[in-house]
Amino acid sequence: MAEKARSVDRACIELMEETKNFTIGSCWDRAEKQQPQCGFGLGGICCRICSMGPCQINPFGDEPKRGVCGADADTIAARNFIRMIAGGAAAHSDHGRGVAEVFQLAAKGEAPGYGIKDEQKLLQLAMDFGVEIGDRSVQDIAIDVGEVAMGIFGSQHGPIPFLKRAPLKRQALWRELGVEPRGVDREIVEIMHRTHIGVDMDPENLMLQGTRAALGDGWGGSMLATELQDILFHTPTPTLSRANLGVLEAEQVNIVIHGHEPLLSEMIVAVSQEPEMLKKAKAAGAKGINLAGICCTANEILMRHGVPLAGNFLQQESAIATGAVEAMVVDIQCLFASLPKVAECYHTKVITTAAKAKIPGATHIQFEEHDALNTARKIVNAAIENFPNRGKVRIPDVECDLIAGFSHETINYLLGGVFRASYKPLNDNIINGRIRGVAGVVGCNNTKCTHDNDHLTVVKELIANDVIVLQTGCSAIACAKEGLMLPEAAAKHAGPGLAEVCETVGIPPVLHMGSCVDNSRILMAAAAVVKEGGLGDDISDLPAAGSAPEWMSEKAISIGHYFVASGVYTVFGATFPTLGAPGFTDLLFNKYEKIVGGKWDFEPDPLAHARKMIDHIDKKRRALGLDKAKERVLMDMAARRELEKEFEEQPAG
Amino acid sequence: MKGRVFVNIERCMACKRCVLACAVEHSQSKELFASMTEVPAPRPRVQLTQVGGAPVPTECRHCDAAACVAACPTGALSKDGQDGPVLLRAERCVGCGSCVVACPYGVVRQHTSAKRLYKCDLCIERLARDREPACVEACPTGCLSFRAPGKIRTWLEATGAVQASPGG
Repeated sequence: MAEKARSVDRACIELMEETKNFTIGSCWDRAEKQQPQCGFGLGGICCRICSMGPCQINPFGDEPKRGVCGADADTIAARNFIRMIAGGAAAHSDHGRGVAEVFQLAAKGEAPGYGIKDEQKLLQLAMDFGVEIGDRSVQDIAIDVGEVAMGIFGSQHGPIPFLKRAPLKRQALWRELGVEPRGVDREIVEIMHRTHIGVDMDPENLMLQGTRAALGDGWGGSMLATELQDILFHTPTPTLSRANLGVLEAEQVNIVIHGHEPLLSEMIVAVSQEPEMLKKAKAAGAKGINLAGICCTANEILMRHGVPLAGNFLQQESAIATGAVEAMVVDIQCLFASLPKVAECYHTKVITTAAKAKIPGATHIQFEEHDALNTARKIVNAAIENFPNRGKVRIPDVECDLIAGFSHETINYLLGGVFRASYKPLNDNIINGRIRGVAGVVGCNNTKCTHDNDHLTVVKELIANDVIVLQTGCSAIACAKEGLMLPEAAAKHAGPGLAEVCETVGIPPVLHMGSCVDNSRILMAAAAVVKEGGLGDDISDLPAAGSAPEWMSEKAISIGHYFVASGVYTVFGATFPTLGAPGFTDLLFNKYEKIVGGKWDFEPDPLAHARKMIDHIDKKRRALGLDKAKERVLMDMAARRELEKEFEEQPAG
Repeated sequence: MKGRVFVNIERCMACKRCVLACAVEHSQSKELFASMTEVPAPRPRVQLTQVGGAPVPTECRHCDAAACVAACPTGALSKDGQDGPVLLRAERCVGCGSCVVACPYGVVRQHTSAKRLYKCDLCIERLARDREPACVEACPTGCLSFRAPGKIRTWLEATGAVQASPGG
């Protein structure tokens, strides 16, 4: 069998030779050394929860069929799966909590550098939270909003307020199933309790709790992170930028910002062009200071400031291999433990900044929210001082323009304009068939896939079939590098219907909606489309599908499940962590559609993956009656009265 | 006990339990955590390789006409009678590596530090106590099984893995 290519990214391929100099190898080398990987772990049927184990279930039907405690494959896989949800929901939500803490300080004026940049959104949030507006000052409102936001994490009774943003039918379903999150943290804790030895054994019941925690992420922790970040740093609007390692500057001090929070990176953006800093850079022999980002911190500062993208998850080591990075500044999540070891082969300084995330061998400069600007200056200074230590520089001449900044509010505005911002043009075009449906393609990179290939194949197939694609995270970065986030991509890659709409509105066929907590923006967009009308009365009625072709993190599982629980058909690529347990997998892949209207699926072949999404979209179009042209009926008054009578006779629900 | 380790590759889950068990069996302490700190570190005789995307445990086949035995210039390698294992007598080994080159399965290996060679001994000490080889005992799926030579074909026919040969 021919060996699978490591990457389709030209910059990565160019630097592959250079990565041979890493003393600990590249992520691809290390992935090779891990082969073959244990099938029990891959299939989710290895249980390490208690010390009578580890127990593994024989997937071929022979003994052992049960663990020491008596758990079978389905129970074990279900416990493992919802523990992944707990991990992912915890990561997103703790990120959200960090933002809420800074938000509270900023509201009180105790965090110099931070302020309320989006008053409109603050007022919107105040209304959602029931905070009195009246003629109170922005500061007073913000203090109260911060207090309520913080309270949602630790709330015990719920339901959490953002659930009200979902369509009414969806809210009723969640209530009926008993899966409304009471508080963000509580549901995560309850997963850890229920999956402890000897508590919940019923895969369906375990999944209900997994559902509740995932909803607490999507409609709780993640949504709070997005909303509060927008208020602190302003809601993204379309912005032009560039992507891939070619954005690094040979003659400037390059600072690569990697991780997930915008809290510190916003401050680095603010101070990096101060005259004092530029003077120091010049004195060190550099022509300026250049910022570029990796992973979701990159997406955050791209969306709001147009800071270029250096690359996605699997490019973090390649970035250092350019020899042009003075400092790689990291905060939280998706950092490779290898970074300091890789950096040892070059002059790059890896700087950790979060008390929660330290890496042996890295320099730690603690981010102090009370003194954030000075923390940022310290970091920029460290990078400048490192500039004279540079060795050979090899920056691949690979970069591509992109347009980012498509928040839910921006899409609303672009489609309708200032006076009647609305999703109506989108709904109309879905109804008339120019747009076949909507897909959210998100998630990570995974060494199990050819880097970026699966994202690009899925997204290109979708847009070629007139499906508009909403993106976040490393998937968005993959498509940005490929030029799919430019309006001209519509003519080149999109089907005729989608291309026509993109040209009319002036948008790319693939819209960058932000970081992975910003998947909450996709939920809001979905709710807005339902509310606009004409496409059913729940998210599960929409001709829409979700996908994470190259997922790898627990966060992806949490996101996937809050999409499923919100009514979306969601396909994952790479691998799926329950395949060793056919009963539990059947619950997720089939039965869940009857329970929540959305379901999981797995398809590692990217073309087949896209086909499955399109088939689902077509299924939903048929259910809505959009597959055939309707006869136009002229309604007179009598016909209208008849219609009203019908409507009144319907039971309320 | 007499037999061979039979590998049903379709059942390999790549859990590496056989690799661990083999190393422990060939350690001084024969105990998992104690063996991890031994010097020299115990070496597993079975390895997992990837063939066409599928994991395959490879270990000595104890061939009847063993190429390693033929290649050995000092008589350190010998076949222990008909149906017996191919064994290495360390005191006779000069570490020339001819056997490593000769073995078509790549299952005779050399310590990188010491010149010593090592290979599967079919756990003869265990067999003497009527215990199956360590790798077989550790395998959770029945991918590895210990079967008497000559009976493997009958067993395969019984499981339906191969068709019975005409005329028995």
